[in-house]
This record gives sequence, C-alpha cells and structure tokens, in this order.
Amino acid sequence: MKNLKKIGFVVFMLGIVLFIGNIFMGEYKFDGDKIRSHFDSTPDVFDKGDSIASGFIDAVQQYEATNSAPTTNIVTFNAALPQIIDRHNHNVSDALAATEGLSSDDVQSVVSGANQESGIVYSEEVIRGALGDNENKVKMLVDNTSWMYTDQRDFADVAEFESTLQSKVDELNGSVGTQYHISKEKWSLLDINKAMVESGAKTSTWLWFFLTFGLIIIGSVIYNGTNYKILGEAGIKNDGIYHESATNRGWVAWIVLLFLVGFYVALYFFPQYIANAVLLVDPVSEGLSGNPASQWFLYGFIYCVAMSVMAIRMYIKYRHNRYQIFRTTVVLFFQIAFAFIIPELLVRFNMPYYDFKNAWPLDYDFFFTYNIESLIDNGTLGIFMLVWGIILTLIIVPIMVYFFGKRWYCSWVCGCGGLAETLGDPYRQLSNKKMWAWKLERYLIYSVLVFAVIMTGLVLYTFFTGSGSLFGIDTYYISVVYGFLIGSIFSGVIGTGFYPIFGNRTWCRFGCPLAAYMGIVQRFKSRFRITTNGGQCISCGNCSTYCEQGIDVRAYAQKGQNIVRSSCVGCGVCSAVCPRGVLKLENGPEENRFGNEGPIVLGNDGFELNK
Amino acid sequence: MSKIVIIGNGISGVTAARHIRKNSDNEIVIISAESEHFFSRTALMYVFMGHMRFQDIKPYEDYFWEKNRIDLVFDYVNHIDTDSKILEMKGGSKITYDKLVLAVGSKPNKFGWPGQDLPGVQGLYTYQDLETIEENAKTAKHAVIVGGGLIGIELAEMMHSRGIETTFLVRESKFWRSVLPEEDGDLITRHIIDHKVDLRLNTELTEIIAGDDGRVKAVKTSEGDIVECQIVGLTAGVSPNVEFVKASKIEVDRGIKVNEFCETNIQDVYAIGDCAQFNESINGRRTIEQVWYTGRIMGETVAQTICGNKMPYNPGPWFNSAKFFDIEYQTYGLVLANREENENSFFWEHPKGKISVHVVWDKASGEFIGINTFGIRMRHDIFDKWLKEKVSVDVVMSELRSANFDPEFYRTYEKEIVDQFNSKTGRNVELKAKQWWRNLLAK
Repeated sequence: MKNLKKIGFVVFMLGIVLFIGNIFMGEYKFDGDKIRSHFDSTPDVFDKGDSIASGFIDAVQQYEATNSAPTTNIVTFNAALPQIIDRHNHNVSDALAATEGLSSDDVQSVVSGANQESGIVYSEEVIRGALGDNENKVKMLVDNTSWMYTDQRDFADVAEFESTLQSKVDELNGSVGTQYHISKEKWSLLDINKAMVESGAKTSTWLWFFLTFGLIIIGSVIYNGTNYKILGEAGIKNDGIYHESATNRGWVAWIVLLFLVGFYVALYFFPQYIANAVLLVDPVSEGLSGNPASQWFLYGFIYCVAMSVMAIRMYIKYRHNRYQIFRTTVVLFFQIAFAFIIPELLVRFNMPYYDFKNAWPLDYDFFFTYNIESLIDNGTLGIFMLVWGIILTLIIVPIMVYFFGKRWYCSWVCGCGGLAETLGDPYRQLSNKKMWAWKLERYLIYSVLVFAVIMTGLVLYTFFTGSGSLFGIDTYYISVVYGFLIGSIFSGVIGTGFYPIFGNRTWCRFGCPLAAYMGIVQRFKSRFRITTNGGQCISCGNCSTYCEQGIDVRAYAQKGQNIVRSSCVGCGVCSAVCPRGVLKLENGPEENRFGNEGPIVLGNDGFELNK
Repeated sequence: MSKIVIIGNGISGVTAARHIRKNSDNEIVIISAESEHFFSRTALMYVFMGHMRFQDIKPYEDYFWEKNRIDLVFDYVNHIDTDSKILEMKGGSKITYDKLVLAVGSKPNKFGWPGQDLPGVQGLYTYQDLETIEENAKTAKHAVIVGGGLIGIELAEMMHSRGIETTFLVRESKFWRSVLPEEDGDLITRHIIDHKVDLRLNTELTEIIAGDDGRVKAVKTSEGDIVECQIVGLTAGVSPNVEFVKASKIEVDRGIKVNEFCETNIQDVYAIGDCAQFNESINGRRTIEQVWYTGRIMGETVAQTICGNKMPYNPGPWFNSAKFFDIEYQTYGLVLANREENENSFFWEHPKGKISVHVVWDKASGEFIGINTFGIRMRHDIFDKWLKEKVSVDVVMSELRSANFDPEFYRTYEKEIVDQFNSKTGRNVELKAKQWWRNLLAK
C-alpha cells in the first residue's frame, strides 16, 4: 500500500511537471491567418473586424521591419505584443483623425466664430455656426468642451482660447477610432496569446488535459486514498506532522509556497503567460457557459479540483468524525455548485454572472457601478440578485451568526474557507498562537473592514451622484487600490500562496472583512460557543496547535472557561484532536455562554463555582 | 509581603504560584531542575510523535512569568535547611524562603530488576526522558515496555508512531486490570492487539540483558522468553520523588507527609501534588494521588492557605480521562476494578467493540456510584452534580442524552444502551429527550 502511495505521488508530480511545462511550450507567432480569425469573427462580411485585423497585420509588419529579434516563444512574444498594439492604435488614430477628427481648418473656423466684438463667446450655437452640418464634429465638441462655454469660464484673449481649444482637440483626435483600437488590458493580451499560440494544449487539448489535470487528479486520489489503509484505524492521525518538511516549514514547504505564489501572481497580474493552461479548460468552459475560458475560469476549475481531491483526504482522515464529514461535504457542494457551475450556467442563459452565496464585503465589487448596472439591466432576475445580495449581508448573515456562529459561513459555505479546510488542512498547525499575533489580527482585520466600508461608500456615492470624487478622494482610484491590495495581494498571494508557512487561514484571520463583521456579531450576540468540559483539560496544547485561526484554545480550556472568540470559524478540529474529550462546539442560550468565569476549575469542592 | 519558594514547576507548583499571585503580592520563586518553563507533562508523547513541538506543550508564553512577577530558577535543590529556611542549590547558591512549597512530583518505579540501569532502559516522565527516548529511538527496531498502565500504553503508541515493533509485558490478565473492570480492560486489550503490539499478558520482567556494547540487548520474561530489543520502557507506576527531602527535618514516608491543609510537620513548609502523602484519607481517596487533576486542585488549595485563607484539601467527586491509541476514556465517580459486594453494574458495548459504557450503582438504594465510558464523551458538570446529589442510577440513565458531550452529528447510542439496561436489570428507565444541559444543572 505504501508503494501504491508512492506511485500516486509520482503520477501527481508528473502531472504537476507537465502542467508547468505545458505553460512554456508551443510556438508563438503573429500569423496572418490567426490574426484574421481572431479579430474578424464574421469573415464573410466586410466590417470593423476586417479593419482591425488588417491594421494589426500592418502593425506586426512594421514592428518586424524595425525589430530583428524573433517573437517565437512566450517571453519574446509577450515583449513585442504591447508594442505592436500601441503601434496599431496609433495608426488607427492617425488615419482617422483626418476624416473623423477635427482639422486645423475646423479649429480656425470655431475660433473666428467665437472671437466676437464683445469678447470670446463660446457656446453650442457658435460650434454649430462654425462646423455647420457635420453632426459628428459638432457632437465631439459639444460633448467634450462644454466646460469652455462662456457661461462656464472666461478667456483673457483669443490666444488663450485658441490654445485651450487646440490642446483639447489634439486629445480628441488621439482617441478617434477607439472602436478600432485593441485593448492592452490583461484579458485582451491573454486572448491574443490564446489565439496565436501553436501548442499541444491547443491542438490536442483533451490529451494535454489528461496529461496535466488527469494525472494530477489520478495521482492525488491514489496518494490520498491509500491513507485509508496506511493510517490504520479511524482516529486522529497527526503522527509526524512536525517531522515532515512539507508541514513544518521545511524546504518542501518553501517550494510549494513558490509554486502557489507564482501561480497567483500569474493569475492576477500576468494571465497572458498562462494562455496554454487556460486553453486546457476551454472545452469545459464551452460546455458550461458556451464561452471560451478566461483565467478566472481556469482558477475556478483548479479550485474545485484541489478542493475535491483534498476533500478525499479529509474524508479519510476524519472518518470517525461526522461533523468533519458533513462540513467538508457541504462546503465542497457550495464551491462546486454555487461558486463554479451556477454562475457559468447563468451566463449561458444570458443572465448575469452571480455567486449567490458570496456576501459583501467579502464580495467587495458587489456595489461597483458596473455590477449594479449589469444587474439592473437584467430585469427581474438582476434586481432579485441585487436585493438578495443586500439581504444576505444585512439580514441573513447576522441572523445565522446569532444562531450558529460564523462557522455557518466560514466553515460550511465560503469558498476561501473551503479551500483552507481542504487544501489547507495539512498546514493548520502553522498559524501563530502568540499574543502579538492576536493583537496584529485585531488591528488588521478591522482596518480592512473599515477600508471596505469606506471604499464601498465612495463607490456608491459616485453611482448615485455621478461625481467621481468626494473630499478630494478619487473613488475609482480607491476601489482599484482596494482590489489590488486586499482583493489580490492579501486574499490570494498571501492568503493562499503562504499556506505552507503562515498556515491556512491567514486571509480569514487577518484580512477578511466579512469575517470581521461576523466576528463582532459572534463575540457579542450569538448562541455559539465552544464548551469546555468541566475540569478535564490537561493543558496538552493539541487544541491550540491545531487551531487554524491561531486561538490559544488551551488558555481557556485549562481554566475551565468556554471559548467565545470573534475569530473562531468553528472548524471543530480543536474538539477532534482533544485527547480528553474536553471541547464541544455548541449553540445554546446566551445566558452563561462564557461558562466558568473564576480561576478555579471544576473538581475542587473547596470553592463554589460559577454555574 | 513574604517570599514563597516553590520547588517543582509541574502542574501543582505552577497552579499554586498562579493562585498565590492572584491572591497576594508575595514574592514568588519557582525552582526546577527539569526545564526552564512549565510544560504539560502529559503531552510529552505528542512531541515525540510529531503532533507538536516542545514549545507547543508549554501552556504559557515565556513572557508570562516575568509579567506575573514569578521568578524562575533553573537549578537543583541539594538540601533543605528548615531551621534557617535556606535552600542549598547544586549551583552553589543559597535561596532563602519564608514559605516553602514542595511540588517535586514522582519518579518511575524500579523494582530491582537486573540490568534496570543499562543504557536504553528508561521511563517516560521528565523532559530528559523525552530527550533520551529520541536518542534511543534513532536506531531501535524493537522495544519492550514493562507495566500495563497509562504511561505504558503511551509508550506503545509512541513506538507505533515510529514503526518500532513493540512487546508489551503486562502483569495482569488484561491491560490496566488493576484499575479497569474486566470488560473495559478487555476492550482496550483488543485495541492494543489491533495495533500489532505484541501484548503479553500475565507476564513480568525478570531480567534485562546487556549486549557487548553495554547497552540493552534483550529482556527475559517470567515465561522464560528472551525478547531482543534496543529500548526497554519501565512504566510500572511512579512513586514520590522524595530522596533529597529525606536528609531534612521534613517527615517523609512513601511521600512527604501532610495534613489536610497540605502542611508538613515543619512550620511554613507545604507539599502538594504527586509527592504529597496525606496522613489520612480525604473524601475516601487514596493518601497519595498521582494525577494531573489532583495536583491542580492541591495547588489551588494551598495557595489559599498560604495567602491567609486557610483551606483544607477538598476534592470533589473523582474523575479522570485518558486516550488509548484511538479510544478515549472518561470516568466519573468510582468504577472499581472489581465490584464491591453492595454494587451492581451494567456494561454495554457497541457491536464493533470500540465503544462501551460501564455504570455502577448501589444494589440496595439504587444510588449512582460511577461510570466508565470508552469512545463516548460525557459532561463533567452533570456527573459532578449527580454524584454530589447521590442521584439514582435511573436518573443518570434517563438523562444520558443530555449528558452526552460528543461532537455535533455524532451517532449516539443512548436508545440501545437504555433498552439493554432495562432488559438486563429489570429496571424501567424511560430515556428522556435531550435538553440543554445547563437546565439540568439548574434543577
């Protein structure tokens, strides 16, 4: 059986190596046919697509004429790509400025029209007078220069007016033809990479799907499955956890960290470099939503796979503990159904992408303008989603926390929690139990909550008033900062990438604003507590060691006190690893929730204990 | 303000220090030759098995002691001079005290076996024992454990975790039969064998044999068998660690003799925990109690006396717990190894043989006396109350659902247990629905 486990490991590692190798394989080439089919979705009709495609081909040729370096691998290709797009966009604007932009003659006639005896008079009437029936040109100026109207500001002389107008016109001419521009956003770069690459992932997708995901899944199922025999009888099996370099912050842990961090950095910031990996799941994505995969679909797919194979490990490790079995099953269901499949199916039926269980402020972009608008534009269902999201946060979340503690979300429903409790379970002992870590936790998590509330408030202010700033704060800028610092770096790169060093709940403990919100409810108004069983504690420390949230459970248990802490996510592992049957997660009346308050522990009849 | 010196930083000494600090501004010094800081002795096994690091079994962070003004001295006391209230230390210094608390614990029993001091032969009690066994385990392929009690089975589990084959010599007919009733001992005995431990019942150690390198090579059993081994674990109980006290004027029998206030024969000298021996049995208990919980209770109590609130040792109803490989054990009240004349008992076992309940009550009055559970957790508070109130066994059986402390969603067996209880005993207990257990306490 141990040999079979080794085989499983080898198969798994082979899959990982091929997964990484796949990313860098294949030939990257700016090929005319591929460019045409990528940008021109309707080749039979002469339309915008044809123009973009041929413009891009021209830009490629211009680039190649001045750069002798080849663009045939992932690195050189992506070095050239933004430059070629720049060139293309520049060409488009240059070409169209003459016909669709404002010529110097146009500017001159506007200036002379405005230069009247009474001084500079600038208004829609003046514009119409100067540019006559060319509605496009009129519209450009009316839309973009109304702040220069006479009733808005004064000009000292013609020269000032002319230079102000000219610089605005230059700006407008530069953005002429945006509908023919190619985006340099990450999604666009990824799409172009996917289109241009010639690789196994593209031509033999299912084969490579098997060689990567297939081997990884088969290998880890064997590796985890053999534990059923190897671990022996059901029970707590933590033997050797602090002897293994994978789980005691040894060299294996650091390698895993590098892999995870690298993956998150690529995913969030450089998705164009993982085009081959995204290609692998194109068929799955097309089966679900009808669209090719984005890097986020790849992420969702990997997320579900990781949770599923590690759930097998949980089922075996905790097969004597039905709380763990039920919890693992439910959290896995919510991830696969609610976070992964249902949103994709909604898209398939032309409905908004929506994860019904993802509550603001964890779902920090819920109140972003584009999201609200897309929901409102989608009729009854969209409105329902909007209302549901608000009810979820304001009513359902606190009521459920009152009855069951925040565990109902963090350990039973949440995707972040789900990954932490499956993929992250081997690392739970690494959370810091020191007092300073608890202090840091309280500063950090409530700061993030405040940040999320302010950021959302500003974004909503913009949504309702149309004004882009409040008290001098650019609302768009602050939402971007939040998304980068909290949404990407904290929750992803550090939260998950650092599993092998900081433990599996770093994000949930130090960063999640929803956890902070629920924590306040749990601490002050909830029926949930971990009951300490009288005087049975022997201070061994298993509970504290295996608390993923870094709670020093023992500090309470050895005094006979119940554990009522805002950060507890109710995973139930402290209760599971206790060798003396001391801890039990319970919901009950709020009265006496903290249990024994005195320093004396049950068993000593010299004292009257708080009952 | 006086200076309280505590010798020993185990659970008794540290509990005493904490409570003296809570109740007074006295100067507190804890002396230990074993470790700089307090650790949980019962958790040493988990460090060896890799569940935790040593730092994880220290219940308080290192800053705790300074913050609470508890001075720690890492040294050994050679002699106690009670006339001038001075401790002579191995390091050469002298420490004065106003009040002295002896919380010096126990040491493993050795019964004069030939070869009992050979390299490779050891107990499992101190931090140093942990270091020794780490060293011994590096090259060991086979271990022999002598003595079928709690530390013996811990050692067996430790060896099992490292894949070291183990022979386990148990003098009695079943594991821990001196404490557990026949059926209970049988359940754990089977569980030990399931873990591929070579369990030899009714077998004693006669000799430990040295190899050419002077280390242990094998043991000889009372059956005449020779078992080759590289580690011998001696776990045949512990006795008070009082050798160094004998040269002082403090009265010592098997342990340090104390009255109900944990006072020795010498003014201002107290003894608590494993090392203390009460002059008379208190609350029907043995005069020497070597359990974590009793050490803690004595520590809580002596702190009161030292701080001026003179308080006798008054432990509540007996309770204990342990874990044998994968099976948890809890006991409340007194379930004796062999039933007394006046006692009736009922034993229920799950068909798979890993879960059981053993209940004892008084034949005549029906008063509940005690319960052993294996694989089922029970609430200490409720049993403490039932035992104090001397409720009938029928009350206990009818409220089993509320007394259960297993994690949520666990399968429970109260129905089966009570049905069988009724049919076997002819009693007629009606199993009540689960209610919030604190309501039961309030009644």
